[in-house]
Parts: sequence; C-alpha cells; structure tokens
Amino acid sequence: MVHGELWTAKELFVTPNEYIYWSVQIVMYPFMTGLVAGAFVLSSLYHVFGINKLREIARFALVFSFALLFVAPVPIILHLQHPLRGVNVMMTPHFTSAIAAFGIVFSAYGAIVASELWFLYRKHFVDVALPLKEKQDKTPAEWLKFLVFCTLTLGVYDVSEDSLKRDEKAIKLLAGLGIPVACFLHGYAGFIFGSVKANALWMTPLMPVIFIMSAIVSGIALCMLTYILTMEIRKFMAKRKSASAPRHETREELQSAEVNVIRMTAKYLLFFLVFAISLELLDLIFRGYTATKSWDVLRSVIYGKDFTSIFILQYGIGNLIPLILFLTPGLTIRRAVIGVMFVLFGVFMMRWNVVIGGQAFSLTFAGYMHYHLPIIPHNIETLKEGLFGALGVFIMPFVLFYFMAKIFPVFDVKESH
Amino acid sequence: MISRRDFLKNTAKVVAGVSIPLAAIEILSPARVHAIKADSSIRWAFLVDTYKCVGCGFCVKACKNENEIPYDANVTRTWVERYVLTKDGKLFADSPKGARDGFISTKIDLGMGNFQDVKKEDIKKAFFVPKLCNQCDNPPCVQVCPVGATYQAPDGVVMVDRTWCIGCGYCIMACPYGVRFFHPKYHTAEKCNFCYHRITKGLKTACVQACPFGARQIGNIKDPNDPIAKIITTERVGILKSEFGTKPQVFYIGLDEEVR
Repeated sequence: MVHGELWTAKELFVTPNEYIYWSVQIVMYPFMTGLVAGAFVLSSLYHVFGINKLREIARFALVFSFALLFVAPVPIILHLQHPLRGVNVMMTPHFTSAIAAFGIVFSAYGAIVASELWFLYRKHFVDVALPLKEKQDKTPAEWLKFLVFCTLTLGVYDVSEDSLKRDEKAIKLLAGLGIPVACFLHGYAGFIFGSVKANALWMTPLMPVIFIMSAIVSGIALCMLTYILTMEIRKFMAKRKSASAPRHETREELQSAEVNVIRMTAKYLLFFLVFAISLELLDLIFRGYTATKSWDVLRSVIYGKDFTSIFILQYGIGNLIPLILFLTPGLTIRRAVIGVMFVLFGVFMMRWNVVIGGQAFSLTFAGYMHYHLPIIPHNIETLKEGLFGALGVFIMPFVLFYFMAKIFPVFDVKESH
Repeated sequence: MISRRDFLKNTAKVVAGVSIPLAAIEILSPARVHAIKADSSIRWAFLVDTYKCVGCGFCVKACKNENEIPYDANVTRTWVERYVLTKDGKLFADSPKGARDGFISTKIDLGMGNFQDVKKEDIKKAFFVPKLCNQCDNPPCVQVCPVGATYQAPDGVVMVDRTWCIGCGYCIMACPYGVRFFHPKYHTAEKCNFCYHRITKGLKTACVQACPFGARQIGNIKDPNDPIAKIITTERVGILKSEFGTKPQVFYIGLDEEVR
C-alpha cells in the first residue's frame, strides 16, 4: 500500500499521486517545538528582563524546556520513511532547504539551554557532590549519585560569592542569546510551511511569526499547567507532612504563592494570545480580501469542510473561551487550569488546521482530501503515525521531566538566582 | 645501513599504507568532469499534443512496467487526465488509477465511490491531458530536499538518489504538479525522470514509445535541428502553472485554461 493511502479519502478531482503525506506527527512536530520555545521564552522573561514575579516559574520553565527539547525531534523521526537516515540531515545538509538548518539550530539551542542550566545548578551540584565525596562507606546508590553529580560539576567546585556573581552574568547572557535562537527554532518551523509555494494555504510570510506567537502561548500554558500540577502535589505532601516535618512550607503559604504566580503568568499568556489571534485573523482576512485564484477552494475548506475544527475547536474553544476565562477578574487556580488546557488544545488545533488543512484540498483546486486519523494500530505505520504515536510523543516530555527534576530540583533550592 | 630485506619490507608497508587512503580518492576522466561542470549541450524537453491524445493509457502502462512502479499501486509517474466541460459551465475531471487502463467508462469518477454520467448532448468540450514531471528549470523539489538526495542533472532532468533519500516528503509537498510520491517498495521519493536510463542511450522514453498517436514526444531543446525543439521554439505552446516560476520544460499544444 502507498504511504498515505490508508488515511486519505479523495473527493472530486484529485491527481493520482496526491495523498495526505504529512500526517499527525507533522502536527506534533511544530506543537512540540512550540512548547520548547515558549517554555524557554517564559524562563527568559525573568532571567533577562528581571520580571521578578516570574522567578518561581522561570527555573521550572527552563528545566521543562530542556525536557521538551529531547522530544522535539521524535515526531520527525517517527514520520520519516527512513528514520535511520535522519542523521543525513546533519551529514549532508542541503542549505537551500528549510529543514537542513534543523540540525544546526537545534544543536545550538540545545547547547544554550544546557549551559544555562549548568550555570543555574552549578552550586547545587557542588552542594550535593562535596558531602558525598567526604562520606566514607557509600552505598551503591550513593556511589551512583556521587558519580552523576561529580560529573555534572565538570570539575568546578568554586562556589565563592565572586564566582556565583559571574554565573549570574553568564545566565543572563545565555538567556538573552536563547530568546532569538528559540524564536528562530520555531520561526523556521513556520518557515518550513510558509515557504511551500505549491501550497495555497501555507504560503504566507506571516507563517513564521504566527508560529512563534502561538508557540509562546502554548509554552506558557503548558508551564502553567505543569506548575499547578506540581504545586498541587506539593500541597498534598505538605498536608501530610505538616505535623511531622515543620521545615516544610504550610499548605496556605503554597496556595497564595501559587495563585500569585499563576495570575502574573496569565497576564503574559493573554498578551501573546491576543497577538497570535490578531495575526491569524489578519491572514484570513487578507486572503479573503485579495481573493486570488486559490481563494475559492480555500474558502470552501475554511468555511465549509474544516469549519468545525477551525472556528469551533480552534477559535471558539481554543481562543475565545480562554480569553473570557482569563479576562474575568479574580482568577482562581481551577479556572486557570481549565483555561490553559483549552489554550493548549487551541494551539494544537491551530497546528492541525495548518498541517492537515493545508492538505485538505487538491493541487487542482477542484478536489478535496479527507484525513482519517488511524486510531487502532494494526501495523507499524498506523502505530507511528496514529493516535498512539501522537499520544506517546505528548507524554514523553512529562516522563523526562520527572527524571530531570531529580537532577535539577525545580523547587527546593535555596538561594536561587 | 639498511638491509635490502628491510628496505623492501618498509617499501611494501608504505605502499600499502598510502594506497588505503588514496583508494578513497576517485580519479575523474576529463570527459566526466566536463559532464559534471558542464554547460551541457543537451537540455531535454517534452512536447505533449493534447489534440492527439485519446486517453488509451498505453503510456501509463508502459511507464509502470519500464520503471518498476508496482502495477496495482495507486501512484504513477505519469498519468492522463480527462476534462469534461458542460454547457452549463460545470467542470468534471478525473484520472481513475492514473488512466492506467484507459478511460473505459463515460462516467466521471468523483471519488469516494461516486460517479457522474454526463450526457453527450450536455458536453461543451472534452479532452485528455497527459501529465508527467515537468523537469523544471527552477525545481522547487530540489530546493527543499534537506539532504540533497534529489538533484538536477546538467541536461535538466531531476532525479532522486534512493540510497540517500530520508523520506521526509518535503519534495512531495513542494511540487506544484503533484508528480512526486513515495515508492511503495523503496519508501523513498519517486518521480518521472524522462526514463533517464533510456534517453541517455539514444532511446525514447517508454511513454513516448508506447503512444500510438504521437501525442508525446521528447527532444533536445538546445539542438536547433531537433524536430521537437523546432516545434517548441517556433509554434505556440503552453506550460502548466507558470505562476509558480518553476520554468517547466514540458510543453503543451492545445492547452485549455481549465487544465489544472
């Protein structure tokens, strides 16, 4: 069977080779890179612009961005027909292609996040490694911990006031450098689509900017969601431990801190959300107003075939409802959770409507293609490029974050930068 | 003082040691260098006379057999489209199985199992249009390939390296003519290459040879004495989708504005 034939239904005049070749994993790819970029920008708001109210979530966002970073290439690997040859992109990059930059941009970004994390947690590594070094009879688990943290210090044990000051400078520099790189990482994901002149829906110079804005929106939303989840777990733990261990913060302290952080972050979320919606609507209005050759088929897709997924799921549930939820005064945690979940869903639907919607009509402008997401996998292709493949990609960063938080503690570090 | 025995031994070692890295260097003949760099004296171009096409599908059959595209797979390097315009201004068009078996029914394939029968007296005009890779002078598929697995030969033909293609599908998305697809067996990008293995040996492409009516012809547009080049350069011919700036090199006689 031809790749793509399984989930494509053709209607009216579609040429023989046309199928929905870019399926759900290509929806996941900009979604995940968007989360990476967004989480990083959120953390940089504190580190670079010194927005102190975001201090608590900044450290958290950086670690989460690092966890997401490793997941970003996974959808592409799952999508490639020859996944083992994926490394060819690094070996023989063909620089007229937007995808060829992936290796370079991705590695550069990874290096920046990794070094920023190192400067941020250097003191913590030393604090953990030194007492273990002194300790005489280490258990195997302690040996492992010692080895890991000893390696992570990279041999630097200088934690004097002076050197920590210099660390802070380095963090600021890296966070500043990271913003344009993060935007580039995601802007170029938008460029991959926006530069395809053969696709009437994709081709617009606005695409990279739209992608960056919605990326920041989704990144902030995911950080808020994960932050609330971890805080709830901590509150639960605090409740249980409050009697036995008085050194822990009380449940009420945590609660007020949480609400403050969430209200503050929600303001930034709103700002970027409004920006993203404006750009998307501008694009839509412009297409309708100029009404070039492709408009007839685009209109029938946007206002007809894909009406539900664009206007109800994306703009309605994904944008309008969160706007109302966040703009109503007195934001509560529960309302914020519902809001950010809708925002995340809305950004996912935006990626869906771009990637799948862009393939919903034929090159002939006289036919349509319908996408049927494979749900129950019955071979490797429907597993990789089906519901379970996409869910796997979505869950992966949370699993990674769980393990990373063991090395980079996001809450209990005293004297944070 | 070095003994003869040691001298020979060491010489053998040096020769063996040097020849291994040297084996990686390929010595090119001047003719080959010329062919690679070259302002080639050949530029392949294709001419389709839509007036002559009857939609028999022999070209599609021949192409599939010649180029080992699985016969029953619903992809093809070349295909024929049928256009039917009715008197009330409606356009019906289809290409069932790429017209591999010809247009044996008057019913138009609307997809999803629906067919439309257009009455003879309602038809304003109807015609067939064969399609194949346009071997563009400015090929977007070559531009977007992230690994350089698809490339253009100096004589204009765009080809795919099956050993290097990663199967991302970007070239398929970039082609405005929909000529590319994934090969069902090799899982790499696949496209018409004007039967490069034939034309470089002085043969015609499989589809040109199979066409009983001479609707398809191939020639060297740089050769002023080439009969096909003469037609393309001196008569009124059209190209598909000029708005993309791809500079296609498949020329059509009798193109209609309804042709997509």
